[in-house]
Amino acid sequence: MNDEREKAILGVSDREVLPPAEGRLRSFWRLFRKNRMAMAGLAVFGLFLATALVGLVLTSGTDPLMDPATVRLQEKLRPPLSKPNLAMLRPKEVPALGVYLFGTDDLGRDVFARMLQGAWVSLTVGFVAVGISVIVGIFLGGIAGYYGPRPVRADRVGASVLLTLGAALLFTGSGVTGGAILVAGHLFLFWDLLWGRVPLLREKMPWVRVLRVPLFSVDTLLMRLVDIMLCFPSFFLILTVVALLPASIYNIMIVIGLTSWMGTARFVRAEFLSLREQDFVTAARALGVGDLRIIFRHMIPNAVAPVLVSATIGIATAILTEAGLSFLGFGVPPPHATWGNILSDGKRFIFDAPWLTFVPGVAILVVVLSFNLFGEGLRDTLNPRLKERH
Amino acid sequence: MFSFIARSLIQKVITLFFVAVISFLIIHLAPGDPSQVDPLNPKFTPEMVERFRSQFHLDEPLHVQFALFYKDLFTGKTVSWKDNRPVLDKIWERFLNSLPLFIVGTLLTWTLSFPVGVASAIRRGGLYDRTATFLSYLLISIPGFFFAYVMIIFVVTRFHVPVIGMETFGLNASSWLHAAMDRVWHLLLPSILGATGGIAVLSRYVRSQMLEVEGQDYVRTAKAKGLPEDQVHYRHALRNALLPFVTMFGLVLPGLIGGSVIIESIFSWPGMGRMAYEAILARDYPVILTVNFLSAVLVLVGTFISDLLYLVVDPRIRL
Repeated sequence: MNDEREKAILGVSDREVLPPAEGRLRSFWRLFRKNRMAMAGLAVFGLFLATALVGLVLTSGTDPLMDPATVRLQEKLRPPLSKPNLAMLRPKEVPALGVYLFGTDDLGRDVFARMLQGAWVSLTVGFVAVGISVIVGIFLGGIAGYYGPRPVRADRVGASVLLTLGAALLFTGSGVTGGAILVAGHLFLFWDLLWGRVPLLREKMPWVRVLRVPLFSVDTLLMRLVDIMLCFPSFFLILTVVALLPASIYNIMIVIGLTSWMGTARFVRAEFLSLREQDFVTAARALGVGDLRIIFRHMIPNAVAPVLVSATIGIATAILTEAGLSFLGFGVPPPHATWGNILSDGKRFIFDAPWLTFVPGVAILVVVLSFNLFGEGLRDTLNPRLKERH
Repeated sequence: MFSFIARSLIQKVITLFFVAVISFLIIHLAPGDPSQVDPLNPKFTPEMVERFRSQFHLDEPLHVQFALFYKDLFTGKTVSWKDNRPVLDKIWERFLNSLPLFIVGTLLTWTLSFPVGVASAIRRGGLYDRTATFLSYLLISIPGFFFAYVMIIFVVTRFHVPVIGMETFGLNASSWLHAAMDRVWHLLLPSILGATGGIAVLSRYVRSQMLEVEGQDYVRTAKAKGLPEDQVHYRHALRNALLPFVTMFGLVLPGLIGGSVIIESIFSWPGMGRMAYEAILARDYPVILTVNFLSAVLVLVGTFISDLLYLVVDPRIRL
């Protein structure tokens, strides 16, 4: 009933208020399908995902079907597609496919099994690192974009400096000073809150107001943080941190993620700044919708397109970075295979056993290329200017 | 203008201070201690470790170490923990080795990307454009170390030229021409490898800038007037498309100090990247921190220069 009246007032017929004939996803797919390079990228990505999952199942466990760690010294450096010499091998050592599909390395390990094992590492590093960077980027960019103009007060800066400094000193060993600063920070915070609540204190000590002057905005704080992070030479920083921390794949993921969120944060901030001024956000706010719901339900879905594109390309970059780190000998501890360390182990034999260089090299190239092409295809398809033309 | 410069300088100094603090904290809060580099070494008696710690102020609290380190850095007295040589001398020596790589690589990048980018923008959608696009994605995606080995295999088996290192060992007896050619061969591969990523990215960027300008009304007007194609493309469109690239000269600067860790270690090139890598392995904190600090300075100076160039080139911007 209400609807009818609304339509009558607005002067629109039934047909015009229906949702568009084609959903967002369908129209996206229709445009995306036309981009052949991006489709090829998507296909390779699907294949890579399947390979990594199958590889994980086949090569892990106590008694894997294809053991990437089986050493057969009598069968070392066999070229791809060569048949194993069955007379020399124990039944357990015979490769599962009956043939060395990608040859063997200098210890006679099956390169195909090692490649399968390495696929999972590349996949998880790419996705987890980018996941971390996207979460941090959306969080900080969203805060800067939505709460940007709010001021940061002097007393809050003071309290956080005291607390961080105290905690840092406590951790590094100077316990007494650190503890004292930490206690002082808590006392300051408590007193500051008390001053805000108790009118009597406010009358007695009006000069405390000086401590409450706004120093800078939230936006300034976060964007300067982005500037600071951009000053670090990224590969060098990652290398330093990874070398100083104990060798583990999780450290690599976290470090790559924490050093690559700046682009996402900037995109999200820019999107939020323009979305905040749009009518649907004003309407939501007028309806009394809370900040969190506005951010998560109304703004993030509209801001996600550029993030998706940069995340796809970020996965490509993360895979390359991880391969570079394993090539230099950092990262996953030795018996475990990654594409980077297969190549790094094989570099001593580039003239005698070029497959040890070419198999992992081409695999990295193809996977990274597919992510890049897919990402560029997404960028083209999600570009609103392009949509209007079709 | 003046207030812009002053404001931006103050901001950059504050940024630099925080970069210094954060990099210092990252290095010093990481688990492990530089005095325990080699616990199995019999010469490393507890007294030695104690002397080492007090000599390099490692027994002081962190903030004192921070102040001492940057005081030393600004007075040029920082020494490497590994060989006790002044860090700045060490960096300067390696910098001179990396400089030819940087210069040749940058020249290759800037001279190749513009023709490629402009040509593919003019022939948009054609075979040339599609090939160039695909090739540039290929070059962005290829891992540098893999590409390096492919090139090494190619050059060594095809031309029989040694390429590893800065020059062939024991060649000083031959003529200067021979020696010069040897240097060129050794320089060529690492420079090309250093430039590939740059060429791919920059040529894509040139293409998109050019396409944007080609879509403008004044270009259509020029075409409608019946001007020759070349004049429209190169006189009207290209000149305006070049505008954003002037500012990119500033952004080249950080490349001066980075060097490529991977390329330099593959080619045994004794440059900055290799030095940084060795310093990381040896936990030579002064070298790591100095390289980090210098590269942060170069990034900030680079962005400052590019802001200034933008002001000069684009009259629409008034700050």
